[in-house]
Amino acid sequence: MGPGRDAPALLIQTPKRGSGEWGFMARYLKTPLTALGLIAAAALAGCSTTGTDGETASTRAPTTASGEAPYASTYKPYPGRPTALVGATIYDGRGQRIDNGTVLFRDGKVVAVGDASLATTGYDRIDGTGKFVTPGVIDIHSHLGDYPTPSVDAHSDGNEATSPMTPEVWAEHSVWPQDPGFTRALANGGVTALQILPGSANLTGGRSVTLKNVSSRTVQGMKFPGAPYGMKMACGENPKRVYGGRGRMPSTRMGNFAVNRQMWLDAQAYDGKKRDLGKETLKGVLDGDILIHNHCYRADEMALVMDMAKEMGYKVTAFHHAVEAYKIGDLLRENDVCSAIWADWYGFKMEAYDGILENAAFLRQAGACVVIHSDDANGIQRLNQEAAKAQAAGRRAGIDIPDAEVVGWFTYNAAKAMGIEEMTGSLEAGKMADVVLWNGDPLSVYSRPEKVWVDGALLFDAMDRKRRPVSDFELGQPGEGDVK
Amino acid sequence: MNRFSLLLAGAAAALAGAAAALAGPLAAQDFAITNATVATGDGSDPVENATVVVRGGRVVAAGSGVAVPAGVQTIDGAGSWVTPGLVASVTSLGLWDVGAVSESNDTSAGNSPFSAALDVAPAINPNSQHILVHRAAGVTRAASVTMPSSSIFGGQGSIIDLGADMNPITRARAFQVVTLGESGARLAGGSRASTHALFRNALREANQFGEDGQIPGVASRPAEQSTGDDLPIDPRLADNQTERGDDSLLTRFDAAALVPVVRGEQQLYVMVERASDILATLALKRDFPRLDMVLVGASEGWLVAREIAAANVPVIADGLDDLPTNFEELASTQSNIGRMVKAGVRVAINAAAMENPRNLNQYAGNLVALSRVPGADGLSWGQAFATITSVPAQISGLSGRAGMLTPGGMGDVVMWDGDPLEVGSMPTRVFIDGVEQPLENHQSRLKDRYRDLDTSDLPKGYDW
Repeated sequence: MGPGRDAPALLIQTPKRGSGEWGFMARYLKTPLTALGLIAAAALAGCSTTGTDGETASTRAPTTASGEAPYASTYKPYPGRPTALVGATIYDGRGQRIDNGTVLFRDGKVVAVGDASLATTGYDRIDGTGKFVTPGVIDIHSHLGDYPTPSVDAHSDGNEATSPMTPEVWAEHSVWPQDPGFTRALANGGVTALQILPGSANLTGGRSVTLKNVSSRTVQGMKFPGAPYGMKMACGENPKRVYGGRGRMPSTRMGNFAVNRQMWLDAQAYDGKKRDLGKETLKGVLDGDILIHNHCYRADEMALVMDMAKEMGYKVTAFHHAVEAYKIGDLLRENDVCSAIWADWYGFKMEAYDGILENAAFLRQAGACVVIHSDDANGIQRLNQEAAKAQAAGRRAGIDIPDAEVVGWFTYNAAKAMGIEEMTGSLEAGKMADVVLWNGDPLSVYSRPEKVWVDGALLFDAMDRKRRPVSDFELGQPGEGDVK
Repeated sequence: MNRFSLLLAGAAAALAGAAAALAGPLAAQDFAITNATVATGDGSDPVENATVVVRGGRVVAAGSGVAVPAGVQTIDGAGSWVTPGLVASVTSLGLWDVGAVSESNDTSAGNSPFSAALDVAPAINPNSQHILVHRAAGVTRAASVTMPSSSIFGGQGSIIDLGADMNPITRARAFQVVTLGESGARLAGGSRASTHALFRNALREANQFGEDGQIPGVASRPAEQSTGDDLPIDPRLADNQTERGDDSLLTRFDAAALVPVVRGEQQLYVMVERASDILATLALKRDFPRLDMVLVGASEGWLVAREIAAANVPVIADGLDDLPTNFEELASTQSNIGRMVKAGVRVAINAAAMENPRNLNQYAGNLVALSRVPGADGLSWGQAFATITSVPAQISGLSGRAGMLTPGGMGDVVMWDGDPLEVGSMPTRVFIDGVEQPLENHQSRLKDRYRDLDTSDLPKGYDW
């Protein structure tokens, strides 16, 4: 029954849990366990981005002897046809909706987005009447590849849970490109880019990696060119339980902070003369090149973490699993920190006890940035539905949020919090042609991706049974190439 | 009376008042909901401009052209959908507060000396926040049970209602749980071969014990619960001195608990995923012909759907599993349920295979979505809705009584603000046995408190 086997409390609720928080708990718990424009722009402005203009982490990362970034991306876009999607309802990811719209892309880039008057000469026309077009879906919090399926111990590569601080590990060194979960995220979820994070056993879990959701023999072949690195941190129950349970620091929340603060002080003193993998990453954070993605549930702890960031001279880009973010939407807005959240997870651990369906809507009402994330190999296939649930909860509470803005919760806002918003996350001329054609309203349970393009290459087509990736692992197995 | 006594008396009066407000008498109402879109849960498509009539806690009529009896309160359902309450199977509702807080968690008993003998009925807490939250999400009945952890047997599950009263049990000891797949093999010592040996031996011991102990097979005393008219006796409490062989593996209590299983008087929920494990499970009927089995999980069920249908064994299936989470689910696909239904299998969606059971309707909606995907097998709206209402009710022994708006059925009625299978639709009113239910809970109170962040006059702690 998967990773929940030794966590019976969770097993009954979620015997099929992917990985992430659930995989973590299974492993470590010893006990059971359409208004356009202004409104949208204002809401989206809450999102934070990387510090230094125009300079990505990959240019400042440690280099190989030959001066190149190590483990560099070898991803190259696949060929695609010049394509015109016509007649569909378009959500551009930045709050704009165009009925009977047209999207043009060629050579991997979006050429134009507009109404039916756009000329389509020289493009293959695809009739999208009755259908919807959005930017490719982006998941800011995934463990595909580092907690892949099958979820066997031999695949448990997401937590280097041997020290509370492991800034020296890089998630890309754990990613198994043959994880079948990537293919489900593409075909059922329309996911074109995703951030793979280390787990949350450690206060500082290591570097994340941002991937194109394109099948590859190597992780380098999936790495998103030019994406900044992130660094995973975790506050609260997990680190203190894992290390306190071993009789070492931290065993309390105050211990969590003490260990973190000393780590930053030590990093500030790093001069780079003798290479130190961990401090290179921490220095990257202090320099604003590496973005902090901080697992944190409770409102009071998030407020303390934001003060720690001020004390130590770094910035938190996003709180992940922020189930209590709604209690401090004003603080999050003032500090320009995004909240990456589920729609409705609650109750599985003490710090998740106050989860409410209105979290996203209340954050948006406070002018703070909302990102819908999965942390789950199943949930990543339905980020659109999760966003719709959160939107509906807002509507019942008297907060009407336009569909076009809600689509931004799983496209542009995610891209912005990952520092790739100049390249993808919205349908705008010059950006990567990462596009989903949905067979209906993406905020409806009844809709599914019909076609998905990454950099203008058609990589999933529901109408063509061979136009879907099949992992090495699934070849020759029952159900190979099934719709899944 | 001194000042201190006065204070005490005042406090007692205040507490009594608060208690009365909290536990105010809830009575079954006679009511009719008119002008609504009504889905009866029987597999048919919804009907517009229809009426549902409930009297004396029971459904009297549902459909179009239904007249409202004189003197019955009428609720205008214009713009609403009306359905039977959702039936969630399998769940842990009422058995835990916080998953990772072990002292609040009764969902398994890995250190217990007993396994099959475990009975959740006395452990169900009707005041659990999860019951309150799920009641507000339209779930009115559920099957709750402890999960196998000290042995391949998990214990005896109850069918419960989610009503705001202190009597949650609809049917106690409704079913036993056993796990026969990967996890069963680990619990049995490391191999499926051992699982089957343990299982067969357990039923053999139970059969022998039942005969030697002359444990009666039918109720010999009045039912314990007024709502449950078909409760069997509890064979664990049979007071006998029957000798048992020296090589008995089961405790006397566990053996007694399995007597109704081997006799087919209590359902056996078998957790199993792999196609070959499913066939091996169906084959148990050759040796134990009276077993009344239900498959739970069955992610590879579509590969052996004809065999499951031929055996007339219902399935509580994982709704959207499509990953090879382990080696017993390599063929899992979201089309699993659609393919099994097409083959004639009775299928309910497993509430345990999702984040929490309130996502049952989202999962059912996804099965409808699959009907529009080339190569996939989905369900019609009516079929999908039945997988979370009438089919799980039928499996739970409540055929024609719950999960369906049918004359004589329980007055479990939910009014929704939209299509109940669409993400984001929520109940506006919930009735259980004809009693209108409060929809407040910890989450709704937090929502009320944090609707704004204004603390200019007083801290948030005073906002309640």
